[in-house]
Amino acid sequence: MIAKTLYDKLWDAHVVRSEDNGTALLYIDRHLVHEVTSPQAFEGLRMAGRKPWRINSVMAVPDHNVPTTDRSAGIEDPVARLQVETLDENCREFGLNEFVMSDIRQGIVHVIGPEQGATLPGMTVVCGDSHTSTHGAFGALAFGIGTSEVEHVLATQCLLQKKSKNMLVSVDGEVGAGVTAKDIVLAVIGEIGTAGGTGYAIEFGGDAIRALSIEGRMTVCNMAIEAGARAGMVAVDSATIEYVKGRPYAPTEEDWDSAIAEWKELHSDADAKFDYEVHIDATSIKPQVTWGTSPEMVVAIDDLVPDPDKETDSVKADGMRKALAYMDLKAGTPINEISIDKVFIGSCTNSRIEDLRAAAKVADGKQVASNVKLAMVVPGSGLVKQQAEAEGLDKIFITAGFEWREPGCSMCLAMNADRLESGERCASTSNRNFEGRQGAGGRTHLVSPAMAAAAAIAGHFADVNEEG
Amino acid sequence: MQVFKQHKGIVAPMDRPNVDTDAIIPKQFLKSIKRSGFGPNAFDDWRYLDEGGPDIDNDGRRVNPDFILNLPPYDKATILLARENFGCGSSREHAVWALEDFGFRAVLAPSFADIFFNNSFKNGLLPIVLDAELIDSIFKAIEKSPGFELSIDLESQSILMEGHEPIKFEVDEFRKHCLLNGLDDIALTLQHADDIKAYEAKRRPQAPWLF
Repeated sequence: MIAKTLYDKLWDAHVVRSEDNGTALLYIDRHLVHEVTSPQAFEGLRMAGRKPWRINSVMAVPDHNVPTTDRSAGIEDPVARLQVETLDENCREFGLNEFVMSDIRQGIVHVIGPEQGATLPGMTVVCGDSHTSTHGAFGALAFGIGTSEVEHVLATQCLLQKKSKNMLVSVDGEVGAGVTAKDIVLAVIGEIGTAGGTGYAIEFGGDAIRALSIEGRMTVCNMAIEAGARAGMVAVDSATIEYVKGRPYAPTEEDWDSAIAEWKELHSDADAKFDYEVHIDATSIKPQVTWGTSPEMVVAIDDLVPDPDKETDSVKADGMRKALAYMDLKAGTPINEISIDKVFIGSCTNSRIEDLRAAAKVADGKQVASNVKLAMVVPGSGLVKQQAEAEGLDKIFITAGFEWREPGCSMCLAMNADRLESGERCASTSNRNFEGRQGAGGRTHLVSPAMAAAAAIAGHFADVNEEG
Repeated sequence: MQVFKQHKGIVAPMDRPNVDTDAIIPKQFLKSIKRSGFGPNAFDDWRYLDEGGPDIDNDGRRVNPDFILNLPPYDKATILLARENFGCGSSREHAVWALEDFGFRAVLAPSFADIFFNNSFKNGLLPIVLDAELIDSIFKAIEKSPGFELSIDLESQSILMEGHEPIKFEVDEFRKHCLLNGLDDIALTLQHADDIKAYEAKRRPQAPWLF
């Protein structure tokens, strides 16, 4: 038997047919759908007179456009409202399972899939959203697709794909205090660059990854796309199986036992070959803060804003200068002296219960600094919100001066009313610090939930190990 | 899908790496439920000095006089010259729709982000990967003689540039075939409906929880 990587195994198990040119028709087990990238796909189906191939493979939810404030009056913005209503209508027309805005199970598509047990080990999972890589945390092959491919999967249950190369990112050793999954993945992106994973499927391994909770692994896989890889994944272990057990869409009874038997094989064989391997020393990772307009522009909290004059690659140096100008930062400024205007704790990267617990622990008994205009916490789903409230986390946040909101994508991409104004600087637990991402002219610094809370309290970036 | 055989047009230089899809079409325009009409808002944050929105008329807006696509003749450009990792970030196909609606038929870069690359082919926008040095030399050529045109021939996989040997490029055979013929790949996949059903019939008893 040829030794296989986890990616090889997942790929091989889903090939419907192979073409001579190296492409394959790949079967898709789970199709997650949201309001922004699906309307044109449904319209395409209708125009061609096609029907979805397998309706129970689809789980739909509105998340990008939904308000995070009181929803009893619906969505105020008529354009956004039409898009959400269009999703509702399409799901009704085609008979698809949707968690509508008023459903307690509504939330960010990449939070609710795993939460419902709709994401399972060994699956192929796609969604018209680049952060679909999140679901790879379960030993699944999960990747984002465009709207044409959404239509293709709806119509055929398949995608025509070329196999990616195999990359192993091994984070070896144990991380220090205050270093979270977010810091690990930011450090990885800092190391390999935003295009470092282009053309690859990344398997994350090593002691530090194995030691992460499933939610932590989701955070890591979520940002595989920020390293250029469409798919990130982690091998199945007992923690994976424990997490899935008993969830609404997870297998039960005798199916459960056969599922476990299959899932236990979902790891790379000991002698499997990767096309590229990266080894990172976990002990060297400190809490991370991005300083620029690309996730690879990242340093440790005790570091300085880097100097483009010291960069030898002229294209890169030019990119750094543009980023510093946009971010209104000077080379050599200590990161922990950069003060902030807003704080956003949420997004498909960091809005799960463990993220909220980590942030609440830092905020407990403290006050948001007076220079911070808005600090908001946006849970990833209605169920995360419910759980957090049962644990009293909402009270901790509200007492400390944070706003406690309804679930959705919110200020990660600012399609709804939650946004930065031009020139505002934000400590954000989201995944992209691109120009204008959180609002035109807004300046985003990516951090972990604990670091975001620490920044909210201090009014500037601060080492979570020193704050509190 | 739009057929792509040959194309000749003005090349606009966009001299920065990691141009992301948020920059190509900002989020507020993604609220549309249509595929068309994104062109006037392509690169909106860079192209205008004031903020745009789906319900704002672009005619009355303040144009950024320094942005490359506002400078004639690049406002009529149909080929975009870019740096590495073009189209990174969000999977939004709206980015491709916006470039096409602006008038672009091809993008030349040393590398593309995977999802954008894929989305381009589905819409008849040709992404061409060229060696970084070659891309750099085209940037320099534009500096010398601004506003020149390139001819792209997909059949022979070559680009004609004045004073230069024909530039060869790689393209996946199947994608080339689809572009040359404007094929609907859903129809092509449905030709294999029996294979898909056979896969399901085999897999269902093995892993019923997936169905």
